[in-house]
Formats: sequence, C-alpha cells, structure tokens
Amino acid sequence: MNLRSSVDIITEWDIVAARQLGRNEAKDVGFGTVDQARITTAISELARNIYLYAGKGKIEIRQVTEGNLRGLLVIASDKGPGIVDVRKVMEDGYTTSGGLGAGLPGVKRLMDDFKIETVIGEGTTISASKLLR
Amino acid sequence: MPQEFKRQYKEILEQYTLRQTEHNLYEGQNISRQLIQKNISPEEVISIHKASLEEILPELPNDVWHSFDLLIEVMIRYGLALKEHEALIQKQENFRMEMELAANVQQTLLKTKVPDMLDLDIGMISVPAKEMNGDYTHFLHDDTTVGIAVADVIGKGIPAALCMSMIKYGMDSLNGAETEPTIVLDVINRIVEKSVSDSMFISMFYGTYDTSKSLFTYASAGHEPPLFYCAESNSFSELQAKGLLLGVISNVKYEQHSISLEKDDFIVMMTDGVTECRSKDGFIDQNTVMDIIESVRDQSAQDMVEYVFHKLEELQEFEQRDDFTLVIFKKK
Repeated sequence: MNLRSSVDIITEWDIVAARQLGRNEAKDVGFGTVDQARITTAISELARNIYLYAGKGKIEIRQVTEGNLRGLLVIASDKGPGIVDVRKVMEDGYTTSGGLGAGLPGVKRLMDDFKIETVIGEGTTISASKLLR
Repeated sequence: MPQEFKRQYKEILEQYTLRQTEHNLYEGQNISRQLIQKNISPEEVISIHKASLEEILPELPNDVWHSFDLLIEVMIRYGLALKEHEALIQKQENFRMEMELAANVQQTLLKTKVPDMLDLDIGMISVPAKEMNGDYTHFLHDDTTVGIAVADVIGKGIPAALCMSMIKYGMDSLNGAETEPTIVLDVINRIVEKSVSDSMFISMFYGTYDTSKSLFTYASAGHEPPLFYCAESNSFSELQAKGLLLGVISNVKYEQHSISLEKDDFIVMMTDGVTECRSKDGFIDQNTVMDIIESVRDQSAQDMVEYVFHKLEELQEFEQRDDFTLVIFKKK
C-alpha cells in the first residue's frame, strides 16, 4: 500500500488544508484522537515554517507500513533559502517564530522519526513519520 | 495509554460525580503526581478523562464529546512545552557538572603555595562568588625574597577565569621573586593588551618583600590600595601607587614605592570583593574593615585573614557578591 496525496503551501489557509488532509489520513490509518492531534500539530508546524521562511512549498502525506505496523509519513519540501545552522534550529529554546515548545524540536517529539535535508540556496526537505502501535 | 491509570482515574471520577468530597479531590491530586512521574502528557490526561466519562455518563450529548477533541488539540502544545522544559532542565544539569569540572581544573591550574619565610608570617584566603574565581593570587620566592601578585578581573565567572590563566602563564615567564614590581606589571600588561578584548579590564598589584632589609617594594595597575598597619603608632594607612589598569594601552609608566616593616607591622592586600562588601544598610566602610582587622592583630596572619572573611561574610548575611581575596604579610 502506498497512498499519497499533497497540498501546496502558498497562503496561510493552505496550512488548514494540509492539516485536514493529515487528519483524514491519520483517521484512515486508525490513529486515536490524541495521536491525530499530534500529527496535525506537526503538520501545522512544518507548513507554517514553509509559509513563513520559504514562501511556498508542499506538504505530502503518505500512508506507510513498516513490518506489520501501519503509519503515516509527512514530507514537507520547499525551494526556500535552506537552513544555515541545522543544529541551532534543532536546539530546545531556540525558535524564531516565538512559540513555546514548538518549532522543529517539537515536530521531532510529536513524531517517531524525523529527518532533515537542507541545501543553502536550494531548499529544505523534512520527513517525519509516526507508526500506529 | 496505560490502562492502570485509566482504571484508577475512572474510579476517582465516578466517586466524584456522585459525591463531591474533598477526599476525592485529594485522590485526584495524588494521581496527578503519578501521571507526571510516568511522563503522561496533558493531552493524554484529557483523553483518559474523556474515555472514563464515556463509560460513566454515556448519555451526554454529542457536543460535549466534541468539545474534548478541541481541548485535546489545545493541550498538545502544553505537552510539548512540558517536554521541552524537562529537556532544558537536563541540559542545565549538564552545564552545572561541566562548570564544576572546569572549576576543579582552574583550581589545579592556579594553585599557589604560600611560602614559608624566616622573617615573615603570610596568610592568604581566596573565595570565589560563583564556581569560577576571577581573583588571582600568586607567590614567587627564593631564600630572602618573596613576591606576591594579587589581580582581579573586572567581571566574574568563566570569562574572568579564562583571563586569569593568561596572567598565570605571564607570571610563569618571569625570572624570580626579585624582579622589580614595575617590570612585572609591564610584562603582564603587554601580554594582556595583546590578547584580551577591549572590554576586559584587569587590576593587579605586585609587591616584593626582601627579608634581609625588611623592605616591601610595590607597584599597582589600578588595583585596590593595600593597607599598611604600623604597630608603633597603632594606625592604618593606604599604600598608594599610580598606574593604569592592565590591557588598556601597551606603554604604561607604573609608580614604584617602598616601605620598611618593623616587628608586628603588617600589610593587607585585597581585591574589591573585600572593600565592596555590602550589608543591607549599604557598603561596609573601610573603617569597619580596619576595625575587624585590628581586633585580631595579635593572631597569626592565616588566622587573621580567615577571621576577616568570616566576619564580613556574617555582616553580608552570607551572601557573597564578588570574588574575595585577602593576603596579609606580617613581620615576625
């Protein structure tokens, strides 16, 4: 099984569309209310980063299976400026959007697996996944 | 979701919906302690509450159940903030341990041995305000002469401590106790001027005591003037010597003066941690400090410095604001 769908992030309203898509997919996989809320919060955060720092990009949601576990993979990609200091943005307490406990460390905590690829001047791709246990 | 907590919580909630007793609320508080210990996040607690309520009062209208989903969404960030907080506390603990190690390294690095001289009784105490000491004391000596350096970096903590290491290596490059005080200050000033940023200032006093002539010769780079106690007249005076702080410009002329010591005369060298002691009524003035010193003038130099430290600590209500260093040279 490899269902995929995506939302382009251009305006702030697209963040809501990405959340909606994520929630539908999370429900479909069988995640409970709390995990649905965690996944959508992570999607919000990733979509917001695209909107604020890259201008535009894309949130892609894929249903995945690992062994006999089902799960969801969220891929946020943009062709923005890239992240100069990845270690710094992954540090707790460092955030430029002024939120408590959020930012990329928050996304990492909300999901099971987190990967970040960034090239200065070319863009950033962040993949985060969560399995249903 | 841990089933054990869900069962306990449901029981408490069920009791409370029947009879609103303080006992039920107390149980609620107790379970919250366990939930925190087991790292159960706020959104999960609400989910437990919702699930329990569904079993206790299944007939509640749908709007109520929906409202919980909103609350869960709202609480996600509280959960994140809590986890971040825990991670930051752990990080702080790591910093504290690193700092402790650094303080140990510094102590080893800056260790100086108080020399044993035939004619002179020496007492020394240096207590940092934080983990790292921004005060520096160093002795140089041969058979007849003892040199003493007392320095203070304006500022405290790690930056001050790093600066101190530089002075130490500068002092190690000197030839011996007999080097003239003005030359010592000149050498150290050139090192500091070259290697330290403009915002870092260091004051330093250097003195040598020649036991064969009972003569104390000294120079100062903007440091707190030492006090000289004359036993015969039973009075204190300041040992003034003009000179600019270290590290400001490379060519500085330092004044050099000498004073001879008679039996029971003593010299008190210190950093501003001593002169700028504050009690709740304001600065503790120099006369008070002199009175404290004079009251123990018959004791050994080491007992004197320790007494003064404890007395001033007491006056400040045990709140030490600055690094504190006190050295006494007393002629036997």
